[in-house]
Amino acid sequence: MLELKNIYKYYNPGTVNEMCLFEDFQFMVQKGEFVSVVGSNGSGKTSMLNLICGSMQPDRGEILINNKPVTKIKEYKRLASIGRVYQNPALGTCPDMTILENMSMAEHKGKIFGLQRGTNRKKIPEYREQLAQLGLGLEDKMQVKVGALSGGQRQALSLLMSVMTPVEFLILDEHTAALDPKTADIIMQLTDRIVKEKKLTAIMVTHNLRYAAEYGDRLVMMHQGKAVMDMKGEKKQKVQIDDILGKFNEISIECGN
Amino acid sequence: MDFALSIVEQGLIYGILALGVYITYKILDFPDLTVDGSFPLGAAVTAVLLKQGINPCFTLPLAFLAGAAAGVCTGLIHVKCKVRDLLSGIIMMTALYTVNLMVAGANNVPLFSKSTIFKNNFFKGIFGGTVPSYFSLVLILAVAAVSKICLDLYLQTRSGYLLRAVGDNELLVTSLAKDKGNVKILGLGISNGLVALSGSVFCQQQGVFDISSGTGAMVIGLASVIVGTSLYKLLTRLFGGKGSGFFKITTFVFAGAVLYKACTGIAIKYFAPKAMKMISAVFLLAVLIFVLVLERSEKKR
Repeated sequence: MLELKNIYKYYNPGTVNEMCLFEDFQFMVQKGEFVSVVGSNGSGKTSMLNLICGSMQPDRGEILINNKPVTKIKEYKRLASIGRVYQNPALGTCPDMTILENMSMAEHKGKIFGLQRGTNRKKIPEYREQLAQLGLGLEDKMQVKVGALSGGQRQALSLLMSVMTPVEFLILDEHTAALDPKTADIIMQLTDRIVKEKKLTAIMVTHNLRYAAEYGDRLVMMHQGKAVMDMKGEKKQKVQIDDILGKFNEISIECGN
Repeated sequence: MDFALSIVEQGLIYGILALGVYITYKILDFPDLTVDGSFPLGAAVTAVLLKQGINPCFTLPLAFLAGAAAGVCTGLIHVKCKVRDLLSGIIMMTALYTVNLMVAGANNVPLFSKSTIFKNNFFKGIFGGTVPSYFSLVLILAVAAVSKICLDLYLQTRSGYLLRAVGDNELLVTSLAKDKGNVKILGLGISNGLVALSGSVFCQQQGVFDISSGTGAMVIGLASVIVGTSLYKLLTRLFGGKGSGFFKITTFVFAGAVLYKACTGIAIKYFAPKAMKMISAVFLLAVLIFVLVLERSEKKR
């Protein structure tokens, strides 16, 4: 379970450019939920993910993971139980290292990186099988440097790597936004399968309203640092893109856009 | 012949330094100026140990440790105090000048009468009186080869993977639930350890510790790494090697250092010794322009 309690966050505090991002923001995600988060630019979606992962500190408020406060815990320690995939496919992998080396690192996430051999040869068939499941032909490119792969291939690998260890949470930050529609569909289906198979608690920020409607069991719309729409269960299953779009237009008009 | 021998010897010694610079410059992407201080630090530590009459074998690991400590300090300044990379190196380099003077006790410490790794009773006993001149080269080659092989092996370990990853994509290291700062500090430590090791061998080969030996060490290391990597790229393009076995950048870094020493050596032979630093600078510039031209021609094809 994941909880954001009474979060306050200001940008440029004390200057004329002071901007309030969150004011007494509350958010809770139950174990096993797959939450899709939509909202306009600057509504606080990515900032929320940054708060959860620890790459951003709240000015006030508390973040709880499984009822334990983690606000003071450093980002890298928090990420031990969190897998995160970024919008930019380059951020989830090491371009100068091979697929095999990248996967070997991902498998040891959170463990001690000592003087053992970096790659365990016995694991190669296992990695190969995991890559084959992606259906992108990566299983025959294990010795290829990741920098030579396409954006879609890299994102698929990032996704795979982020869940190679038993993580509890999966944070997806517009992870299909930089991909072409077809590749984005492949990655999205893959995401859904992984979340279901591994029973992960997932938060997905997306600008693709179709994905938001189609995938996940909860839908949240953010606006000016607040969740203005929050649908679960049956209501979520019935939601149509037009419903989301209608609400979206409503709040945009309020803004004067 | 003696001229060629001394160029290869010095080239290989500076090659060890270049290995260190390779870690920071190429792997960590960290312009580390500590090198100008840690090179003479290795020499200073060695000079003091030899003056105490300690077995020369111990000078190498102890110099490595001293250099590693200096590198760790640079890393701490950069990571914990959040000082920019270039400035952390400059601060450490400046501080090390004093440290080196204090350790060595003087600007210049002659070691001609002391036993060194090249000149000691053990080797004299083996060769029956006089150690042949080629033997220094063999010894330097051994130290260089051990350093290179150790580094190659290290880069294939989990810890080595992490080091490569931090220069490549810091965010991934954080994603792996590892503190990227610690990895950088470790990298700087290993790098400057190698640099100090090089300084130790250098001062024993020269038979003297000189405080000014570090001036321009960074340039030599950088030039060697750049020449080495360009050479590596050129050859992989021509012969399509895959960077396996012996055919690695770490090997070519040594080739780069020898080439660099050869160019400056020949230049100094025909110019005044005063011109040495100028020649070094011009050589580095020439190499950089050559690399640029090479890359452009690569793009055109």
